[in-house]
Amino acid sequence: MASALPLGDPAPADGLLPESAAAGAADRAFGVYVHVPFCRVRCGYCDFNTYTSDELRGARQADYADHAIAEIRMSRQMLEASDLPARAASTVFFGGGTPTLLPAADLVRMLGAVRDEFGFEPGAEVTTEANPDSVGPADLARLAEGGFTRVSFGMQSAVPHVLAALDRTHDPARVPLVVGWARDAGLDVSLDLIYGTPGESIDDWRRSLDAVIAEGPDHVSAYALIVEAGTKLARQIRRGELATPSDDLEADMYELADELLAGAGYEWYEVSNWATDAAHRSRHNLGYWRSDDWWGVGPGAHSHVGGVRWWNAKHPSAYADRVTARVSPAVGREVLDAAARETERVLLLTRIREGIDLATLSASGRHAVAGLMADGLVDAKAALSGALVLTMRGRLLADAVVRRLLDESSELSSRT
Amino acid sequence: MSPRAMNPPVPAATDPALIRNFCIIAHIDHGKSTLADRMLGITGVVSDRDMRAQYLDRMDIERERGITIKSQAVRMPWQVGDTSFALNMIDTPGHVDFSYEVSRSLAACEGAILLVDAAQGIEAQTLANLYLALENDLEIIPVLNKIDLPAAEPEKYAKELADLIGGSPDDVLKVSGKTGVGVEELLDRVVERIPAPVGRADAPARAMIFDSVYDSYRGVITYVRMIDGHLNPRERIQMLSTKATHEILEIGVSSPEPTPSKGLGIGEVGYLITGVKDVRQSKVGDTVTTAARPATEALPGYTEPLPMVFSGLYPIDGSDYPELREALDKLKLSDAALVYEPETSVALGFGFRCGFLGLLHLEIVTERLEREFGLDLIATAPSVIYEVTTEDKKTVTVTNPSEFPTGTKIVEVREPMVRAAILAPKDYVGTIMELCQSRRGALIGMEYLGEDRVEIRYNMPLGEIVFDFFDQLKSKTAGYASLDYEPTGDQAADLVKVDILLQGEQVDAFSAIVHRDKAYAYGVLMTGRLRELIPRQQFEVPIQAAIGARIIARESIRAMRKDVLAKCYGGDISRKRKLLEKQKEGKKRMKMVGRVEVPQEAFIAALSGDVEKKDKK
Repeated sequence: MASALPLGDPAPADGLLPESAAAGAADRAFGVYVHVPFCRVRCGYCDFNTYTSDELRGARQADYADHAIAEIRMSRQMLEASDLPARAASTVFFGGGTPTLLPAADLVRMLGAVRDEFGFEPGAEVTTEANPDSVGPADLARLAEGGFTRVSFGMQSAVPHVLAALDRTHDPARVPLVVGWARDAGLDVSLDLIYGTPGESIDDWRRSLDAVIAEGPDHVSAYALIVEAGTKLARQIRRGELATPSDDLEADMYELADELLAGAGYEWYEVSNWATDAAHRSRHNLGYWRSDDWWGVGPGAHSHVGGVRWWNAKHPSAYADRVTARVSPAVGREVLDAAARETERVLLLTRIREGIDLATLSASGRHAVAGLMADGLVDAKAALSGALVLTMRGRLLADAVVRRLLDESSELSSRT
Repeated sequence: MSPRAMNPPVPAATDPALIRNFCIIAHIDHGKSTLADRMLGITGVVSDRDMRAQYLDRMDIERERGITIKSQAVRMPWQVGDTSFALNMIDTPGHVDFSYEVSRSLAACEGAILLVDAAQGIEAQTLANLYLALENDLEIIPVLNKIDLPAAEPEKYAKELADLIGGSPDDVLKVSGKTGVGVEELLDRVVERIPAPVGRADAPARAMIFDSVYDSYRGVITYVRMIDGHLNPRERIQMLSTKATHEILEIGVSSPEPTPSKGLGIGEVGYLITGVKDVRQSKVGDTVTTAARPATEALPGYTEPLPMVFSGLYPIDGSDYPELREALDKLKLSDAALVYEPETSVALGFGFRCGFLGLLHLEIVTERLEREFGLDLIATAPSVIYEVTTEDKKTVTVTNPSEFPTGTKIVEVREPMVRAAILAPKDYVGTIMELCQSRRGALIGMEYLGEDRVEIRYNMPLGEIVFDFFDQLKSKTAGYASLDYEPTGDQAADLVKVDILLQGEQVDAFSAIVHRDKAYAYGVLMTGRLRELIPRQQFEVPIQAAIGARIIARESIRAMRKDVLAKCYGGDISRKRKLLEKQKEGKKRMKMVGRVEVPQEAFIAALSGDVEKKDKK
């Protein structure tokens, strides 16, 4: 979750949603995201809303679960008061920050509050992120007992100099251990990788991919490093201490990732995500790309319900003050109009393998598909059977594809 | 000698013997306006309190740049002994682009103050104007200004001036327009040395127009110098060049505000207002006579202004095109030398092909359009007039590379030539000669002015001068060199048109007519610039330079391989959508050349040479 909050309208203190948010809700999955805004150290590339103990200004990590639980309780009341139908959570995702910096008991307690308020759908997916050096076998077992089904480890790289450039503190040798413990506890495992780190060669990257494949997780995410403004990394690049990762090298790395992962039996299902099979795709994240509904709990967390997006106060102490006073922690929101919702639908669905039903596109969007096929950006076979699915090249140029799909002044209008 | 005249002579009834008409010849920033202001103050026509800095320069641009574009005339009383005189100070434009206007202003005077900065010495343009003044038989009063400056070297430059115009260094007056030192002596010297005008009182009226200014309230204000006879209020006048007649609605003198008078007599300088709205109806150099008793012989020296330099002006925001048209229509009212016609460009959209007297004129017009009309403009590389003869013996006049004949054999291309005079400290002679030779200059001669300054004269193609020559000259001489040039005819040269192609599509704004020996360099320069400036596309884009069908230089922009946000989760979506909306807006500013999307800024930067490496990410 990016740190800078968007500009929007003020959010109402009672957390009530406009009427439009309820329309069609019964057909949309509902998820809960719980943000845990704590880290032991801040990584140089990270612009997420997270705080080390020095930065907390009196907000105490120990009280955090109580505050989050207060919001979880409020969330159910606010949805109810906004005439949203009662929906069981189909996914819960604990992200951060480093959720596992909190005692497993706190995580389980927060998850319990979600269960109390909403209930879980059968087979609900419950994930937590974890750092390889912040969990042990006992923690993982406790999480599994408490209802977690999946853990996503921030492995990032298997190469020490790359981890050092990212300020990651864990020993690469710890990854096989934590993966083993998670498996023993019965959890599904996902590994996160970052590529394009300053100083990382294509061979370094290959080593990391090989290491991941050797672990045989159920799911892999691989993200090109984003140099976010305001991060230590951005400053180091600006001062010339580190080289900007090159787009071409990143493209090579992406292609290598897809090649090696595919060879090991992983299928891409989103631009940056691969899974062994459809059952192991992250259903929580698919909810984001399908414009489903979710409530984001915690400081700076974003929520979306039926075309209304809102975001909470960023700092843990400001957040704590609001939920303690039983005031909605949301500080801003936007109510999307039909055009904005369509833009989001196209930009999000384009990213995933299930793609977009061509029949749902505008006339100019449908027309643009021919050009995209000709340029090798969308899969011709899928397009002929009615779906827009990106090719490898298309995935690397997904944003350009989206712009062409949404360009009303595309070739169609100039020809007619 | 009194600072204020007791009985100032009355306009329309002043004995020519009491009139002195003079101008000030000076280089930009040598302090002409400050001196003129000081004279207005000392003679009492402007009270010190009302004194605006640099009163005579009306336009903001002029004041900011310290140059005078439009001349005006001020009548000032001055008493020497028991006699009150009327001094007419005629302000002249200081730049070579306006040499015709300068020559007409000089023709309105009997004398000139040659004003030179005591810390800098004489400059090339001043020399050029001095030659013009001497050709007009003007009495020259040499004056060193800014003697209050610590860096002033009055002895050195007095000697330089005396060497130039003859006489003794002691005859050179030393003044400070800023402090007023020596200005009264200068006014006395004007009365003493400059001859009174002479003319025939009973002959048909003849007045020479030396300036014509558009005023949005009053229409055109025509500044004239009476030669023969008399002009009266309400009289019908005739312009000799067109025979058009107008009624004088107002006649008077400036001192310095317009003050109506009972007319103007021999040797007087003043203004006429007839209600015409376009300076083209009141042309500098034309002769004004009366409709009732017209003179038959025009005063000598009138010519139509001829544009020498052409450039396309385009609004950066294409929707400003109507505003640009309107602005040019308005500017034309006050600028008789400006010509333009609509033109379209693939790269730049709709604009106008404009003709200018020279580079400064181009710059001034562009700046006025931007400042007075709030337009953002881009100007294409300046071009000159070529005469191109093809195999079938047809000759085409080409002011725009797009008019260069294609698909036929070119027999001859003629280009305009100028005689360029460059004044600089002697240490820069080598550098300057190198530059001129690289611009196909042929040395005519070289002369020392004083001990350490040299005047270097070259025959050069005007086309080489309009393309970045002055900037180069300035930068290679630490700003010391000054340049003047005058047209001398034309010559045949081996010139070709180089086109720039983007993915096979010609980008018209970058076509240029250059010497064959430089075609390759131009091609490499432009293709290189565009490669740096045009963002990578989803496909490879070749950029080529070509003469006709022959490719002489080639670059390519590799296809973009990655354009995707790696992470797009719940909290990223609003940000991503907004970015997309912004990119969509940005696309409206993209120009399409075939399938290639080029940001307008890239074309602009490539044209202006302002190339920063694009983000290669």
